[in-house]
Amino acid sequence: MTTQDRLTISRESKLDDAGYKWGFSTDVEMELAPKGLNEQIVQLISSKKNEPEWLLDWRLKAFDYWRKLHREDSEPRWAKLRYPEIDYQDIYYYAAPKSFDDAPKSLDEVDPEMLETFDKLGIPLHERERLAGVAVDAVFDSVSVATTYGEQLEERGIIFCSFSEAVQNHPELIKKYLGSVVPYTDNFFAALNSAVFSDGSFAYIPPGVRCPVELMTYFRINTEGSGQFERTLIVADEGAYVSYLEGCTAPIRRTSQLHAAVVELVALDRGEIKYSTIQNWYPGTKDGEGGVYNFVTKRGMTGDDAKISWTQVETGSAITWKYPSVILRGDNSVGEFYSVALANNYQQADTGTKMIHIGKNTKSTIVSKGISAGHGENTYRGGVKILPGAENATNHTQCDSLLVGDQCGAHTVPYIEVRNPTARLEHEASTSKVSDEQLFYLMSRGISEEDAHHMIITGWSRDVIKELPFEFALEAGQLLKVSLEGAVG
Amino acid sequence: MLKIENLHAAVTDSDEEILKGIDLEVNAGEVHAIMGPNGSGKSTLASVLMGKPTYTVTEGDITVDGDSIVEMMPDERAHLGMFLAMQYPSEVPGVRPWQFLKAARDARDGANGEKKMSVRAFSKLFDEKVEEVGINPDLMRRSLNEGFSGGEKKRNEMLQMAVLEPRIAIMDETDSGLDIDALQAVADGVNQMRSPSRSFVIVTHYQRLLHYVRPDVVHVLVNGRIVETGNAKLAEKVEATGYRDYVAVN
Ligand SMILES: Nc1ncnc2c1ncn2[C@@H]1O[C@H](COP(=O)(O)OP(=O)(O)O)[C@@H](O)[C@H]1O
Ligand SMILES: [Mg+2]
Repeated sequence: MTTQDRLTISRESKLDDAGYKWGFSTDVEMELAPKGLNEQIVQLISSKKNEPEWLLDWRLKAFDYWRKLHREDSEPRWAKLRYPEIDYQDIYYYAAPKSFDDAPKSLDEVDPEMLETFDKLGIPLHERERLAGVAVDAVFDSVSVATTYGEQLEERGIIFCSFSEAVQNHPELIKKYLGSVVPYTDNFFAALNSAVFSDGSFAYIPPGVRCPVELMTYFRINTEGSGQFERTLIVADEGAYVSYLEGCTAPIRRTSQLHAAVVELVALDRGEIKYSTIQNWYPGTKDGEGGVYNFVTKRGMTGDDAKISWTQVETGSAITWKYPSVILRGDNSVGEFYSVALANNYQQADTGTKMIHIGKNTKSTIVSKGISAGHGENTYRGGVKILPGAENATNHTQCDSLLVGDQCGAHTVPYIEVRNPTARLEHEASTSKVSDEQLFYLMSRGISEEDAHHMIITGWSRDVIKELPFEFALEAGQLLKVSLEGAVG
Repeated sequence: MLKIENLHAAVTDSDEEILKGIDLEVNAGEVHAIMGPNGSGKSTLASVLMGKPTYTVTEGDITVDGDSIVEMMPDERAHLGMFLAMQYPSEVPGVRPWQFLKAARDARDGANGEKKMSVRAFSKLFDEKVEEVGINPDLMRRSLNEGFSGGEKKRNEMLQMAVLEPRIAIMDETDSGLDIDALQAVADGVNQMRSPSRSFVIVTHYQRLLHYVRPDVVHVLVNGRIVETGNAKLAEKVEATGYRDYVAVN
């Protein structure tokens, strides 16, 4: 076993970036494994988490597979993204707040500095202040800090906890579903994540149970130079329903940070999962320095009459590579994807979805809204695949781009494969600009130029934002506004 | 209240002059009608008054209560109590009329150091005005002007005017394309809002509306210039003879 570095991360001098208010870092004593990726690190992570043998084996297989891909230089390069070569040996793969060596048993044991951090993020963990109707699991540098609402959920048999806890307390569920939707062989970043994931969230809703609160995980990268590799697994058993929210922020760092997450959703027969994301990882400075590289694999699989709905508002990250998808395996199942992706300054987003129709009468809806501003580059990449057995499958795709300024780019790359003649597909696409006429109209009523832009852009994004739970919708509106500052006016 | 002196304005992108020296004074409580043939510059004048960036003032001045507004942005002019009912209002997808007007009202109240209206008080005002103006309430559940007919758009402009209660209301062909009932509704709206402290500049191609709204002063605008000014009788003369004589001379 490797020896561990122990060090205190200290507040670094702020970069000049007033626009990103989540950009503070926190003084928390961290325990770090040395930089670099090798078998020992994988073993260390697994043993730190006291994992069963089978899970370590799985990680090691994933690592082998990743190493092979890396050796063959098969990091995916088909996306319309440009970024410098990532040095996988120059990253910390394990960073945990030191005070959680012995995991906290209650909030009283949580480092006050950490609680303050989450307060600043607007995610109060104190019982009395917590968000109404939202159970929160906070993941700080890949380690789950606290989960609220535990008891109410337990009464209904709902499991909502950190991934590591689930490994300890519900190994049979993890063993059954881990990798069942996204196998480690799926792609380069999924293999990497499978080898080194440190924590994440797990939710299980038993048959016939409607989860009474929104489940939420709040992810925060804090340590400089650390990668974040979280793993989320959500299972809605037969006839169960859950709405799950995910929020992400990171401090301002001059260097880029790697984030490679995997999310797997399993909706069994008549189950329904609504998964909402507000992704606001640090986007880098106005000149394109720093920022999070966000390579995420998200996929769900449906049983008969089941439904999986992805809604995402992507305003952060320097690089976004992300295609939340649905494998519509069950008959009559439904897959949805609603997305607003914003690329401002030098941000690049290559995002979209894949809808794979296997079952009969399966139905998918794709609504993608891409906003490009500054020198931002926004690509929608979406695939719809109708397999031979998918009788009467339908897909509706609406794909809109909005340009703010003339230095930015918007691209649409649809892939369609139809192998059953009964399929019905519709595809609508548009590209527009905020028109001078609209701006004048709003301003002539007394609305400032900036607010007018914001109103036009959020209005344009409305079909997606209205899919978000209420509190999240407000936050999303605010985020779009903050993220566009400087691009308009 | 509103004074226009030797106003010249050109298209910003091409420098093509459209308004060629306009003088006009509108006192508090007065209703002025501006008539003229198509392409004479009526909409341009209305837009320039409201500060549309498409046009640049190249000479002359516009003042409100003695202060020049030429350098002001459209929103600042709105905060002074100016309002333009547009000839071709834009569609704004995803923005509801209520939300739009609440934001407009809040922005003006904020700029003038007044307290924002509560959501409840504003909703009450809004609902009252929707009924007064006679606009189909179902339209209020749609995006602003999206899928509205021409007449519905005009009524929606009237609704905005009624809710925002401007001091200087400029109406650009709010009457064109309306059936007789809608025309009557627009006229009722104006007559109801007429007050000693509010002025109207009503731009119209036909004098139809002027049967219902009696103007204090009528101007005839041709080729970027006011060629005749008179009282309500002038509108009748124009109705009888058309613009031919003016166009021939100018
Ligand atoms: N943005 C513009 N660019 C070029 N020409 C314009 C523009 N706006 C108005 N004009 C021209 O100015 C003249 C007056 O137009 P307008 O004010 O719309 O007339 P009216 O409202 O009286 O019908 C027309 O010849 C029109 O073509
Ligand atoms: Mg006109």
